[in-house]
Amino acid sequence: MTRPKGTLVRNAPLTRINHWITAACFVLLMLSGLSMFDPLLYWLSSLFGGGQWTRAIHPWIGIVLAISYAGLIAQFWRDNLWSRDDLAWMLSIERVLANEEEGIPEVARFNAGQKFVFWSMALLVPVLLFSGILIWNYYFENFSSIETQRAALLVHSLAAIAAIIIWVVHVYAAIWVRGSMRAMTQGYVTPGWAWRHHRKWFHALVDTDSSGPRPHADVDRRRR
Amino acid sequence: MSNLQSQDYIRISATTVTPPSVRGFEEQVAKLIDVTRCIGCKACQAACMEWNNLRNEVGYFEGSYDNPMDLDPATWTLMRFTEWDNPETGDLEWLIRKDGCMHCEDPGCLKACPAPGAIVQYANGIVDFISENCIGCGYCVKGCPFNIPRISEADHKSYKCTLCSDRVTVGLEPACVKACPTGAIMFGSKETMTEWAGERVEDLKTRGFAHAGLYDPPGVSGTHVMYVLHHANNPTIYANLPENPSISPTVEFWKGLIKPFALAGIAASVVAGFLHWVIAGPNEVQPEDDVAARRYEAEHDEAERERELAHLRTISDKPV
Repeated sequence: MTRPKGTLVRNAPLTRINHWITAACFVLLMLSGLSMFDPLLYWLSSLFGGGQWTRAIHPWIGIVLAISYAGLIAQFWRDNLWSRDDLAWMLSIERVLANEEEGIPEVARFNAGQKFVFWSMALLVPVLLFSGILIWNYYFENFSSIETQRAALLVHSLAAIAAIIIWVVHVYAAIWVRGSMRAMTQGYVTPGWAWRHHRKWFHALVDTDSSGPRPHADVDRRRR
Repeated sequence: MSNLQSQDYIRISATTVTPPSVRGFEEQVAKLIDVTRCIGCKACQAACMEWNNLRNEVGYFEGSYDNPMDLDPATWTLMRFTEWDNPETGDLEWLIRKDGCMHCEDPGCLKACPAPGAIVQYANGIVDFISENCIGCGYCVKGCPFNIPRISEADHKSYKCTLCSDRVTVGLEPACVKACPTGAIMFGSKETMTEWAGERVEDLKTRGFAHAGLYDPPGVSGTHVMYVLHHANNPTIYANLPENPSISPTVEFWKGLIKPFALAGIAASVVAGFLHWVIAGPNEVQPEDDVAARRYEAEHDEAERERELAHLRTISDKPV
């Protein structure tokens, strides 16, 4: 993908592909999972070719998502480590929500909200994977006691609901903060965007003459 | 198993509308299994296979009279044999219980089922699986307090005793009842069966079985398959017949409160996003952000040029 001159790489191509595989899996899992969770939404199962197909395919999509999310963890964990500024950022969340980002603590590659989404999913995906395996009747019917499977069903449902709500927040944030969507589709952001939302990250890139996504992440110099 | 007139349904799985209840006058039925009169001949098992056309794979002898060792998609009823040392009398008692679906008045399988119409309860109380609607998820297995349904590996559908709903509809008794040579299995209205069981229990008490009683567990609002037990105070000795079965609170919670709360929570998060969009609107990069970013870059470039110049000067200043 051609990147206009002077812009910064927010997400490398592999990261973007990895992200969209995860996203596609998540949406499919949400639709098929909800159809088996609440009878009001059972009609969603026809998107997958009926109830039997929905039941059969849901766990496999889950496996793909778990592997794919592991890839995202590998690429993102370092930039999602909690820092002291994150608390201060959280405390000024009202100003962030009001689109007044001037004067709040400067943000590195990810802000505290993004870190919250990242780590919540990093926790929920393994919970969903393991509880899901316990209730994967086709292969693991006799793997655990029925009592355990009942608990797994409940845990799986609760974790899924939490994940869906966090996903709604994630998607809305991408719509709300203009330019974020392009950062995950075409992969780049403008210097103005980086200055406004991730100033510390912007400074680090400029100071090292890097084009992103991480300081000195590649040798391709941004300018000159 | 068989899909009868929808007017006969009083409960339908995964359905939020009221099922047709025009036949509400219908009499509640019950099968009464008098364990004290069972001789363990397995005629009921054979009759069940014959009427329902079920042929299990021939297995192996496992050192028990139980054959096969467990219920499966092709074994809807199973004699379970227990040798029990009666600590009061010192007698060895041979307890034989015909296991199978209990047809709960409040069926846990139906409550857990996510597929509309895959599990139904008829007006006469029989709980039936409608195979064409079954998706094979195994939720019924988790919902059942008696561990009865079994998922077929061949077609991924759940199977269990139908209480011969097809026979009962046309006024016949279930096949196992028909076949029983000692009258240990009886069939009729729930009222009649309860009355009859009462007489039988009284009789047993006069014969030294002080704890004889009827097993019609209230935890599932009663069952449409009931047992007369010689030791009703201790049902677990009959191959782990649960003492006070009820739908697991985990299943009740999972299928109860959290469903509306989950959907409301998801809807609320979407509405919150929409409201934020309407009130605060999108967060857009302002021209001053672009200017500031460009200034920072220019300052950096300037500083770098200075450094390079200084470096060059130090090189040229060096004595040759």
